Amino acid sequence: MLKLEKRPQPSRLWTWAAPLLAVVLTMLLGGAMFAALGKDPIEAIATIFWQPLFGEHAFYYRPQLLVKGAPLVLIATGLALGFRAGIWNIGAEGQYIIGALTGAAVGLAFYPLEAWYVFPLMIIAGALGGWLWAMIPALLRVQFGTNEILVSLMLVYVAEQLLAAMALGPMKNPDGYGFPGSRNFQEYPAAHNAEIFAGTGMHWGVVAAIIAVIFAYILLGRHILGYQIRLTGQAPRAARFAGVSPARLVLVCLGTSGALAGLAGMFEVSGPSGQVSIDFNVGYGFTAIIVAFLGRLHPVGIALAGLLMALTYIGGEIAQSSLGLPAAAIQMFQGMLLFVLLAVDLLTNYRIRFKSAEVA
Amino acid sequence: MDLGSINPVLLLASLMVAATPILIAALGELVVERAGVLNLGVEGMMITGAICGFAAAVGTGSPVLGFIAAAAGGAGLSLLFAFLTQFALANQVASGLALTLFGLGMSALLGQGYQGIKPPPTDKLDIPLLADIPALGPILFNHDIMVYFGLALCAAVWAMLKYSRAGLILRAVGENHDAAHALGYKVVRVRVLAIMFGGACAGLGGAYISLIRVPQWTEGMTAGAGWIALALVVFASWKAGRVLLGAWLFGGVTVLQLNLQAAGSALPVEYLSMSPYLITILVLVIMSADKSRAPASLGRIFRASQ
Repeated sequence: MLKLEKRPQPSRLWTWAAPLLAVVLTMLLGGAMFAALGKDPIEAIATIFWQPLFGEHAFYYRPQLLVKGAPLVLIATGLALGFRAGIWNIGAEGQYIIGALTGAAVGLAFYPLEAWYVFPLMIIAGALGGWLWAMIPALLRVQFGTNEILVSLMLVYVAEQLLAAMALGPMKNPDGYGFPGSRNFQEYPAAHNAEIFAGTGMHWGVVAAIIAVIFAYILLGRHILGYQIRLTGQAPRAARFAGVSPARLVLVCLGTSGALAGLAGMFEVSGPSGQVSIDFNVGYGFTAIIVAFLGRLHPVGIALAGLLMALTYIGGEIAQSSLGLPAAAIQMFQGMLLFVLLAVDLLTNYRIRFKSAEVA
Repeated sequence: MDLGSINPVLLLASLMVAATPILIAALGELVVERAGVLNLGVEGMMITGAICGFAAAVGTGSPVLGFIAAAAGGAGLSLLFAFLTQFALANQVASGLALTLFGLGMSALLGQGYQGIKPPPTDKLDIPLLADIPALGPILFNHDIMVYFGLALCAAVWAMLKYSRAGLILRAVGENHDAAHALGYKVVRVRVLAIMFGGACAGLGGAYISLIRVPQWTEGMTAGAGWIALALVVFASWKAGRVLLGAWLFGGVTVLQLNLQAAGSALPVEYLSMSPYLITILVLVIMSADKSRAPASLGRIFRASQ
């Protein structure tokens, strides 16, 4: 009979091995799913994970890895701070949208002024927008004890409606012949989040993601606030006796993750996406939850997990065009990954012992 | 805007319809939470039920079989959550989110090829004589069977929790799983059954949206109904009767804003569409002050002591 034995401490080996095992298991399960869809599973998996990196057109796809990975890493790094302390910001998608809207609003307000300060102001506005949107669940939780999971989620749907209203109304391109959607920032140099080195996919969002990862690493490892976050997550009561203010943690964690999600949205709208449009958001805020867990809520892990998840997006697109694999299959594949990871995580905290059944 | 075009009788009648999916899903989640488990995957199970029910109803031509398939689909998906939280001892919040992300992906995959199709219609159940009463008739007695099912389910869940032995065990497991375990109740078994019940209810609620309320299939069509159902449970302070009140409140807001849209309100449609979510937040704020009624073991991992 199988028996679970709690480890005195989480296994260091399994902490890092579990995500790898989860990825391998998900590939097997995903392969089975692709086979059920009538595709050659090995070819499908190879297309998703090999083609973007080493395939014939890899020179085109490799930069995309940074473009898709940056928003995921930015958002997930912020989410992980809260998740560690048991503060669940599930509404990053909404903060991402609002950051894009506030960032774009500043850019559009300055149009067509060509000045060096337009883009920095947009960055500040984007971060501020995401921060403000996250402050709603944060303040409601601190003030009234309202569940931040539900409030931040409800705000995603509100933000989506606001996005549609903006794309159809105030932010609509006056020269757009009546089509919904704002002016395109790719045609407005002072506000364009362009590639820093042409052909690398390296835009300012990537720089921001790298800075965020480094800061989070230092914060969690070296700073008293990082210690308080970890302590609150592991032993909330002990943290309170140690003088940690739960309210302050809620405000800081939700605020930080909101600001980072807002930044991600702003860099996306002014760069790869280019404009405020109804279908601007593509679910990065939700996929980032998977990235955060897959990266073990650790900044370095998140950077790696973000790149892996970006790979599934790009490989998925290739598989869509070359194998006719439905886009939804990739979405399901990503969901599967989180599932398997949570199951495999058992090995981190528990030892499995084989034991003959005893008479009770 | 022409407010006169809004017919109060029709408004109340459609309120009952709008309330039904979140009512059924919330009742399921209520039972799950009373057993001490927080399953945040309602949205994922609802959308899965919506597509399972839709596919089965279109395939067989029978809405009844559709609803049965939806319940089975929701319950089946919830088993994954049960496995993660009850056997792999995973964090319930993370597992619930995983269930929603997985369910959204799976439903999108299963739903390919069902876009733009009409499901077989579900007949309205005209209750003779009663349905002919002016005003009251159309509001209360001229609905499809699922509306009455929702009301009956509400009464059944209330009675089960309050009066039955099964309800007593369920509540004991939810209030103090260690004590329940010491008394010899099978905590994990009770919770797995509760989770499956919750999944079946969420599936039914989802299918109600795709088969009757809308009726068609579009990706992500539950649009947060699962999360509103979760909020309803908090609103109701974990009491079945108040879930019904809450569902009517949200059904009312939804229907009212749709009517205002149709009446040509000066506000753009998008702002009106926000209102159900904003009301949910408002109600959550008002109700959150008192958390004393939440089951004491809610969200805690149970592991049998040796």
